Amino acid sequence: MKKLIAAPYLVWAAVFIVIPLIMVAYFAFFNDGHFTLDYVASVAQYSNIFVRSIWLAAIATVICLLIAYPIAFILMRMDRSYQSTMLMLVMLPMWMNFLLRTYAWMTLLGNNGIINNFLGFFGIGPFKMLNTQGAVVLGMVYNYLPFMILPLYTVMEKIDTSVLEAAQDLGCNSANTLMRVVLPLSMPGVMSGITMVFVPAISTFIISRMLGGGGNLLIGDLIEMQFLGNSYNPNLGASISLVLMVIILLIMTVMNQFDDGEDRVLM
Amino acid sequence: MKKLLILLMTLCFTLILAGGCAHIEEAEDEIEEEVEIQTLTVENPEYYTKFKDDNISINVYNWGEYISDGSEEGTLNVNDEFTALTGIKVNYSTYATNEELYAKLKGGGASYDIIIPSDYMISRMIKEDMLEPLNMDNIPNFKYIMDKFQNPEYDEGSRYSVPYTWGTVGIIYDSTLVEEENIDWDILWNEDYADRILMFDNPRDAFAIAEIMLGYSLNTEDSEELEKAAEKLKEQKKVVQAYVMDEIFDKMGAGEALIAPYYAGDAVTLMDEYEDLAFVIPESGTNLFIDALCIPKGSAHKEAAEMYINFMCEPDIAYATTDYIGYSTPNSAAYEMLDDEIKNDGISYLDDEYLETKTTTFKNLSDEANLQMQTLWTEMKSAEAQTPNKWIVPLFMGLCIAASIIILIRRYIKNKRDIF
Repeated sequence: MKKLIAAPYLVWAAVFIVIPLIMVAYFAFFNDGHFTLDYVASVAQYSNIFVRSIWLAAIATVICLLIAYPIAFILMRMDRSYQSTMLMLVMLPMWMNFLLRTYAWMTLLGNNGIINNFLGFFGIGPFKMLNTQGAVVLGMVYNYLPFMILPLYTVMEKIDTSVLEAAQDLGCNSANTLMRVVLPLSMPGVMSGITMVFVPAISTFIISRMLGGGGNLLIGDLIEMQFLGNSYNPNLGASISLVLMVIILLIMTVMNQFDDGEDRVLM
Repeated sequence: MKKLLILLMTLCFTLILAGGCAHIEEAEDEIEEEVEIQTLTVENPEYYTKFKDDNISINVYNWGEYISDGSEEGTLNVNDEFTALTGIKVNYSTYATNEELYAKLKGGGASYDIIIPSDYMISRMIKEDMLEPLNMDNIPNFKYIMDKFQNPEYDEGSRYSVPYTWGTVGIIYDSTLVEEENIDWDILWNEDYADRILMFDNPRDAFAIAEIMLGYSLNTEDSEELEKAAEKLKEQKKVVQAYVMDEIFDKMGAGEALIAPYYAGDAVTLMDEYEDLAFVIPESGTNLFIDALCIPKGSAHKEAAEMYINFMCEPDIAYATTDYIGYSTPNSAAYEMLDDEIKNDGISYLDDEYLETKTTTFKNLSDEANLQMQTLWTEMKSAEAQTPNKWIVPLFMGLCIAASIIILIRRYIKNKRDIF
C-alpha cells in the first residue's frame, strides 16, 4: 500500500529527474553515438570560471549563514504570537518575482541609482557598485537568504526550552549556552541551509548577468551560452553541467562529514 | 534618533514620488497631441478569402516588440487585422535572439509557420535544410520590396525569405557629455569615458566592431584575424562598464552609461524618449542587418503562411510596422508613405553609396570559425586565459567521485561500529 502511494512520485522522478540526468551524461560523453572525452576535457579551459563561481557562491553562503543564524535565533526566542508574523516577513520578498527583485537592485546600485543619488546629497560618491563581483554576491545573499533562515528556524524551533534552562542551571552563561547547546543541536539546519544556498548560488546566471555586467562570467552563464547563446553546443553545455554536478557532489559529501548524519532537514 | 531616521526616509520617498508624478504629467501632455489613425486597404481582397471558412490557425514566432500591436492609439494591430481579413487565427510568440530561435527549431517539439531570423541565421538554416522554399505566386506583394533587397547575399534569388525590416549598427551617445566630433568606433575604446561605455554581449556583433576597426571583413574566418579581433576586444574590457544587449535601452535612458553601440531602429525609439541622446553611423563602416520572413520546414499550413507573408508586405501593414518598431522598411510603397523627416534623418535610411561601399551583411560562418569566435569570446570575458592539460578535468572528476565514495564507505563502517 505504501508503495502504491509513492508510485506517482517514482514515475515523476524517473521521467523528470533520472532520464534527463542520463541524457545530460549521454550528451557529455557521446557525439553522434561515438564515445568521446573531448567535451569533458575541453571544460578545463574554463577552470577559472569554475573557481570564481565556487568562490563567490562560498562567500555568499557564509554571509547568508552569518546573517541568518542570529535572525533564526531571535525568531526562536520570540513570543509565539510574533513568530508567525516575523516568519511571514522573511518570506515576503519571495512572493515577488525573482527577476524583478534582482532588477530592483540594478536601479538601487547604479551610478545614477538611488543609493548613489542619496549619498550625492551629502557630497559623497558616486561609488561603483553595480557590475562588480560584490554586487553579484549581494544579489546572491539577498535572493537566497530565506533559504538559509527557514531550515535554521525549523531546527531551532524544535529545541526544547527546558534544555536551555538546564544548561543555565548547570552554570552556562548565555554565550556558552549558544556555543555548546544551541549550535550543536542546530547543526542539521546549518547543513541544509548551506546546501540550499550554495547549490543555487553556484549555478545562477541571471544574477551575474544583471548585477555583474556580463564581465564576471559564472558557470551558469557559460552553460546558458552553450544552449541559448551564439555557439549552440549542447555537448559542451552538458559536460560543464556534469562537471559542476560532480563538484557539488564532492563539496556536499565533505560538508556532510561535519554533521553526525541524523535527522537532517529537507535534504 | 529613530524619529530623525523616519523623517529622513519620508522626505526621500516624497521626493521620489514628486519626481514620478512630474513625469506622469509630462507624459499626459504628450498624449494630447493629435494622433493620425492608420487604416488598412488591401489591393486584392479576394486573394485573402481562400481559407476564410477553414478555421485554421498559424504559429508566428517573431522577435519581441517587433510588430505593430495596436497598443498605441491609432495604430493597427497587425495580427488582428490579418485574422479579420482572412479568418486565419494567429498564435503569436516571441524570442530574443537568433540563437534562441535556432535552438528551439533544432530541439524539435515546436512547429511554427512563420519565423523572422536575421541574415546570417537564414543562410545557416538554408544550409541545414531547415526552411521551406517559398512559392512567389502566392506572394504577389514581393514586387514592393526594393530592388536592392531582392537578391540578398544570404539567400540568393530570395527563394526562402522575404525581407521584413533592415537596419544598421551605430553608436548612441549622450550628446551633452560626449564632446568629441566625428565619432567613430574607437570612441568605444576611449579611456576618458572608462566605465561609462557599454558593449554588445554577443560575440558576432562585438567581433564585427573590432573587425571594422582592424580593417578586416565582417565575415572573416581567418583564425589569425579572429584572434587579433579578440585581442582588440580584450583591450577594451577595462573601459567597459557592462556587456549587455537589451539593457542598453534602460541604461542609456537612465544615464547610467554615456556611449553604447546600438541598432538604428531601437536607437530611434530611444531618442524619441530622451532628447539628450544622439546617434551616429560611423564613417568607417558598419554591419547592415536584414530580418526576413521565412517558413520553417514542418509548417502545417504553408499556403496560409505565405498569405501572412504577403499580408506583411501590404504597403499599409509595412508602414504600420516600420512606424511602430522604428526599424527601416525594405518596402518601397511603405517608404513613400513615410514623413520626409524620417527619410532624411541620416539614421534609418542611408544613401545608397554608403550602403553599397561601407556596409556588410553577416553571412553564416563555418562551424570552425563559429567555435573559435565563441571560445575567444568566453576567454575574453573570463579575463585571464589558460591552456591547461587535457586530462585535468577528467582526472579531477574521477578523483571527486572516488573521494565521495571513500567518504561514504568510511561513514558506513563507522555507523556499523557505533551499533555495537
